[in-house]
Amino acid sequence: MSSQEDKVKTLSETPADCQAGQGSGGGPFIVLFFIIGFVASLVVGWVIFPKVLYSQKSQPFDFNHRLHLEQVDDGCQSCHFFREDGSFAGVPKLEQCIDCHEDVQGESEDEAVFVEQYVAKEREVPWLIYSRQPNCVFFPHAAHIFGAKLECRTCHGDTGTSESLKPYEENRITGYSRDIWGRNIAGFKSNTWDRMKMDDCAQCHETAGIHDSSVQTGRDACFVCHK
Amino acid sequence: MKVDRRSFLSLLIGGAAGTALSPLPWKLTDDLSIWTQNWPWTPVPPRGESYYETTTCTLCPGGCGIKVRKIDQRCVKIEGADEHPVNKGGVCILGLSGLQLLYGPTRIRTPLKRVGKRGEGKWEPVSWDQALTRLADKLKEVRAQGAPEKAACLLDSSRGTVGHLFRRLMTVYGSPNFFTMPSVEDAYRAALKLTQGIEARVGFDLENADFVLSFGCGLLDGWGSPVRVFKANSTWKENHATVVQIEPRLSNTAAKADHWLAIKPGSEAELALAMANVIVGRNLYRSEFVDGFCENFQGLKRILALHTPEAAAAATGLAPEVVVKWAVEFARASRPVALYGRGQGRTAAGSLRQCMAVMLLNALVGAVNRAGGMWTVPDYDYIGWEEPELDEVARAGLERPRADGAGSGKYTPASSLVQRLLGSGAGQLPEVLMVARCNPLYSLPENGAVKDNFDKIPFVVSFSSFMDETAANADLVLPEHVYLERLEDVPVTAGLSCPVIGLCQPVTEPRWDTRSLGDVVIALARKIGDSAAAAFQWDDYEACLKETLEDKWDTLEERGFWYDAEFRPPAWEDGEGKFRLAGGKLDEVLQADEIVPAGDPAKFPLILVPYDSIRLAHDYIGDPPFMIKAVGDDVLKGKDVCVQINPATARKFAVSEGSIVQLITPVGKARVRVHLDEAVMPGVLYVPRGLGHTAYDAYLAGKGINVNALIGSLEDPASGFDAAWGIRAKLAKV
Ligand code: SF4
Repeated sequence: MSSQEDKVKTLSETPADCQAGQGSGGGPFIVLFFIIGFVASLVVGWVIFPKVLYSQKSQPFDFNHRLHLEQVDDGCQSCHFFREDGSFAGVPKLEQCIDCHEDVQGESEDEAVFVEQYVAKEREVPWLIYSRQPNCVFFPHAAHIFGAKLECRTCHGDTGTSESLKPYEENRITGYSRDIWGRNIAGFKSNTWDRMKMDDCAQCHETAGIHDSSVQTGRDACFVCHK
Repeated sequence: MKVDRRSFLSLLIGGAAGTALSPLPWKLTDDLSIWTQNWPWTPVPPRGESYYETTTCTLCPGGCGIKVRKIDQRCVKIEGADEHPVNKGGVCILGLSGLQLLYGPTRIRTPLKRVGKRGEGKWEPVSWDQALTRLADKLKEVRAQGAPEKAACLLDSSRGTVGHLFRRLMTVYGSPNFFTMPSVEDAYRAALKLTQGIEARVGFDLENADFVLSFGCGLLDGWGSPVRVFKANSTWKENHATVVQIEPRLSNTAAKADHWLAIKPGSEAELALAMANVIVGRNLYRSEFVDGFCENFQGLKRILALHTPEAAAAATGLAPEVVVKWAVEFARASRPVALYGRGQGRTAAGSLRQCMAVMLLNALVGAVNRAGGMWTVPDYDYIGWEEPELDEVARAGLERPRADGAGSGKYTPASSLVQRLLGSGAGQLPEVLMVARCNPLYSLPENGAVKDNFDKIPFVVSFSSFMDETAANADLVLPEHVYLERLEDVPVTAGLSCPVIGLCQPVTEPRWDTRSLGDVVIALARKIGDSAAAAFQWDDYEACLKETLEDKWDTLEERGFWYDAEFRPPAWEDGEGKFRLAGGKLDEVLQADEIVPAGDPAKFPLILVPYDSIRLAHDYIGDPPFMIKAVGDDVLKGKDVCVQINPATARKFAVSEGSIVQLITPVGKARVRVHLDEAVMPGVLYVPRGLGHTAYDAYLAGKGINVNALIGSLEDPASGFDAAWGIRAKLAKV
């Protein structure tokens, strides 16, 4: 403590030195402070920031995709189907579940929650959707599945064979799921389904040479997805 | 360790460098941009299955077919129904905004009983049973005094099963006092009665006309069935038909017409009669019709003799040659038609003389019941209920004269004269008044007097879905479903040439504890009991509707409308029906003095005239938020309504653009903003209808002024209709 006071004193006594930047004792500390600042901000940026940015939410109850996939004939589309008008139904509604889940099946607690809290009360399950794109994006599933013949897993990964739902991480600023930016905070990806950002769409559109203009506006580029 | 400024700076630089090498800035920038492009507070419709349900719009008399786009259970958009004979896929701005009426904050959610003073806004929610019992008790009380005529009801119109149910209730109850709100259709109906001796309505075969002479009709401002007329206007453009707009102000219609004749306000009849004079004088009339099927041509000639183009020139301000020129062009066109009804034609639109003069023009050119002309369309006759059994009290009550005098004496041509009753207080005010689907406290002229008379009525019941001015001043409110929640027949008149019945069907569950008005009437009759209950034997309104529309029901359910596309008006044949051109009451009507606006010209040197705009709803329905946003700032600036005034007049009265002044008339005054506009005639001030609400929500209430508070009513001596088209006025400094 006292040595610090000394230094302060010295500093005030030799202002010219300070201004000229020729202080003899400052050098190593300056580097040290640089390093402290550097490391601290790296820690904040890489470790703390992602933790603060996303809030963890759990789904209303757990769901086993693998189990269901084994029971159905038509793969993912058995439940995530296309409506007659070509629009994509997305997450199933009670209506699709109710045939089998009128009564509690098996022992699982999640099943009991589902049947008692939702089926019995005719309340739709408020699922949190990992892959929901921002509202400003126009994304037709039909064009990708039927037109481009993409597989579900190209964008959604191996969800179909998962046995439980991962926690939903919500971006506190945008309100959208972490899965859009991707798990990797730096934005690196190794699989096509690791991120769902605009660049990822653009990458595929670029390689496949998609310049189909928007039906509504008749224009290319941004307007293909942003109407 | 020495912490000096350099160390601190170095810490910051290190921090900056580290931050730049971390994902934080890039990720934050990205998130913020996503956030700004998707403001979380912007409402976004839920995702879900999208589909359409069809129904009929009842927000104006137009009767358009609409389809409502829904996402799961939520209605998200209204569009015009493509196959509908009235609007063929079109929809107007009011129709488009209908969902805001369904979901908006002004809905009344449950029956209400007034607990504070009238108009104070203190209500107590009551159950339907309590509310109906209270009303039934009141009605029984009045009846027990042997004066059933002291109960009255006021509706927008008497059309359809709901109108008929109310009328039936009044009949079994014993009151002749069934009132409807004024409309230009009243004048047409009276004119048909006088000329052809029939009860029918007038339709116009607009699409096939090749020369349209419009006496002030706001064809592009919401006249008739608005979307249909818009479409007809496109047809006229395609077919190179001529549209001549006769109107003192350059309205949208005038601006888009082929020719605009700016005449002095109120001189329509003079012009029409002078044109008739020219047509007769130059032998341009269609003699096959006039000689073949008209009566008393000589009488008409005598009357017309006074109406020379020179006389009209003085009245209208047009040169006599102009009068002659257009009379000749009109008569020489192959399918001409003359139209009457100022603005939207949904207010009492002037004297019967004006309507009659325009109708005579149609007769002279043989446009009556001819392609492209004015058609006589029979009233809908699908409601064929058996006459109810009346008891002693009812029979006696029905014998007594109507409180408004309509239908007898000099008011014979009229069927309802609510303005006489509520505005001028001419008749005996009722003890119980039931008001449905109209807002008389807002939309009747001479607003102040109407309110005073209204206050004298001991018991007022409103069936409104919205807390409008009338509901706010009622004693009891029994809210009905809005149109998107109810089942009902919508027989369309509004100048359609062919009969069309639309089916209004629920596209969504009722949002609040409201009921269908038909059910309310049936339940009320049951509560009144005795002969009233006996006259309403239907299980419920739906049963009544299905039974009534029996043979048309399947079509209605399947297509959403019933349409007689083959309809043609009765052809004129020898020995059958004649068109009377003059004589008797007709002479009286044609020779009545022209209506002069009230007020002393010395004190009030200007004339104030209200105008209609397609962007301002001015009757039962008030402007929803979407629509009020579309009102330009030359009409409403901030909270001030703009009074349109000619620059020359403004100079004379030393007012300038944007200045705030008092607009004073013999019946009221209001603060207005001056807007200089070459489009209006010198000496005439224009203020729009549809503003100045005190009720409804923050989007509408308190904006501008209600022009009805500044306009008086003037009784047409020949019919009793309110004929005031304007009033004397002056401007003063605030
Ligand atoms: S014109 Fe009238 S009926 Fe037609 S959509 Fe507009 S408000 Fe509705």
